[in-house]
Amino acid sequence: MVQAIWARGKDSTLKMKQPLSSSISPELLLKMYVTMVKIRKFEERVADLVISKEIVTPTHLYIGEEAVATGVCSTLKKQDYVFSTHRSHGHYLAKGGDLKALMAELYCKKTGCSRGKGGSMHVASPEMGLPGSSAIVGGTIPIAVGAALAFSMQNSDAISAAFFGDGAAHEGVFYESLNFASLKKLPVIFVCENNLYCTHLSVVDTLADTNIYKKAEAFAMPGVRIDGNDISEVYETAKRAVENARQSRGPTLIEAMTYRWRGHVGPYDDLDKGLRSKEELDCWMQRCPVRKLEKHLLKQGATSQLEINQIHKTISEEIEKAVEFARESPYPDENDLLHDVHK
Amino acid sequence: MQGKAPTRMKTTFSTMCTNEDYEEHEVNFMRKINFAQAINETLCQLIDKNNHVFLIGQGVTSPWYVGSTTVGLIQRFGSKRVIDTPTSENAVTGVALGAALARMHPILCFPRMDFMYYAMDQIANHIANWHYMFGGQLNTPVTLWAIINRGGEQAAQHSQAIQAIFTHIPGLKVVAPSTPYDAKGLLVTCVEEDNPVVYIDDRWLYQYEGEVPEELYSVPIGKGVVRHKGEDVTVVATSYMVHEAIKAAEQLEKEKIKTEVVDLRSLKPLDENLLLTSVKKTGRLVIADGGWKTCGITAEISARIAENDIFKSIKAPIIRVSLPDTPAPASSSLEKVYYPNAKKIMLAVKRVLEM
Repeated sequence: MVQAIWARGKDSTLKMKQPLSSSISPELLLKMYVTMVKIRKFEERVADLVISKEIVTPTHLYIGEEAVATGVCSTLKKQDYVFSTHRSHGHYLAKGGDLKALMAELYCKKTGCSRGKGGSMHVASPEMGLPGSSAIVGGTIPIAVGAALAFSMQNSDAISAAFFGDGAAHEGVFYESLNFASLKKLPVIFVCENNLYCTHLSVVDTLADTNIYKKAEAFAMPGVRIDGNDISEVYETAKRAVENARQSRGPTLIEAMTYRWRGHVGPYDDLDKGLRSKEELDCWMQRCPVRKLEKHLLKQGATSQLEINQIHKTISEEIEKAVEFARESPYPDENDLLHDVHK
Repeated sequence: MQGKAPTRMKTTFSTMCTNEDYEEHEVNFMRKINFAQAINETLCQLIDKNNHVFLIGQGVTSPWYVGSTTVGLIQRFGSKRVIDTPTSENAVTGVALGAALARMHPILCFPRMDFMYYAMDQIANHIANWHYMFGGQLNTPVTLWAIINRGGEQAAQHSQAIQAIFTHIPGLKVVAPSTPYDAKGLLVTCVEEDNPVVYIDDRWLYQYEGEVPEELYSVPIGKGVVRHKGEDVTVVATSYMVHEAIKAAEQLEKEKIKTEVVDLRSLKPLDENLLLTSVKKTGRLVIADGGWKTCGITAEISARIAENDIFKSIKAPIIRVSLPDTPAPASSSLEKVYYPNAKKIMLAVKRVLEM
């Protein structure tokens, strides 16, 4: 099976580098490490809160995929737009969204980033350049293209990025969007987070050709497959794609190979349901993107174990404050029900 | 199937805005243009005046695809602001939404409503929900220009009038002008809105002439107007059916039947006050809409009456004049029976009077 080959790192199209090597400055790498730890710890805490039934809204956890959002968003400016999916928390935090407001949204409280009306799958941080996420597979891909169209009409040098999963490659709108963006040479990058599963189905059971990056060729645009668990590779690839977009050289499709440690939705790993093997999960957990970067930073002397411990402690405290904030926040008032249907 | 506007429309233009216009006013304008020219002029003025407004969709640079409504625009504004697109309805609708989120106002053209089914995901799941879903933080000002183009033996996939589907979806407003004056004023309002609005445009209206000021003006959403005064029966009509209702009213007048024709202009929100005021006066109601019967606009209007206190004072059952629950046929012999017209409205009015 193809995913088993990927899992063992034997697929020739996927050169999983181990360990990480990078020409990125230690300062930036450390900054990205902080973001990745923030996403990881946030998601782990959310998993606990879902198990304890404090969080009810369906949560699709990003654990294991942190390098993709972090690497891509680190190449973007605040003015650039990012559009997200049902698996939204990582993109939100990587783009700089407020952590407290995100946690409050998962509690569906009035102080949430979508005022308790969106839940986990619909988060937004307009001030940080995340104007929304959609729970319809592939739904935000054309929207990102539209933002790029607006930027080009406004002669702005802003760009937009669409995140989506491998399941979006089943949708017609994905192909329509690639065509339109390439036709008009729009400043957009397409980031496919290929975590090998669309809900319960493996890519090999859903795609006639599992090389999603090759779809780009049909639309006369560059497509590249990368190790999505290697922050350096994600960052460098995204940087080139963003640069091309900014200079009106058109869009790029990036297929970042990665893996979600938890199931499609919720806190559990789904192993008991027979949807994937423990061998496969173990293999990907050994390729933890956060650990990989941490090892690199320690080896290069860019940080110390002491500093890493401090980072973890600070983030944990920040998350606990957010939980406290969310718990204490009011629910939306009954009167809010009919508000915001229209401007 | 296209005809000239009834004489009465030209002389007593009981048109514009607000409930005060329930009374007819004599209005004399400088010039008359037809419905298609009104749209063309308005598009031109809106794009010219507002840097954030642009036109996008299939056929907008074609000399024939959308009638004459976009003629000259590509020459004047170029391909950056008049964007003809691949037939990718869903993606292009998402593109319009994305542009709206980046402070633009796209006017998105669907040359036939039938093609909007391809775009329903972006319209219903995305555009309509976006403002609510993020707690009112983000606006989606997109004008969805939805063209009905039927008749001519075009059959089931080129003839549909699916306005009722859009009125069902929270987050969307739906307008349906019937006169050149309202075609302009409501299109201006759509662009002034910070909300998504479906602008229903029936090509059977294109040749109707009426007085239209040259300058930009707006017609409020949610305000209907009385087109023909009467005391015996109310005919509530939408879009093209307004003209058929007026024709019917004029014929009926010769038989001493006084029909009041209410043009809703907006399908959502509905001008319930105007509707109730007229029905309260006449006690009899016929509803004429160019869509299907079941769960259609006529069903919604009936329900509004049934839910209201005035239901007690209704003198006869309500009659609906609409399409039968049948796809559009090709053969013109069947089309003649399929589409509602003035004759069917007249028969309906006479029936409610007999009940």
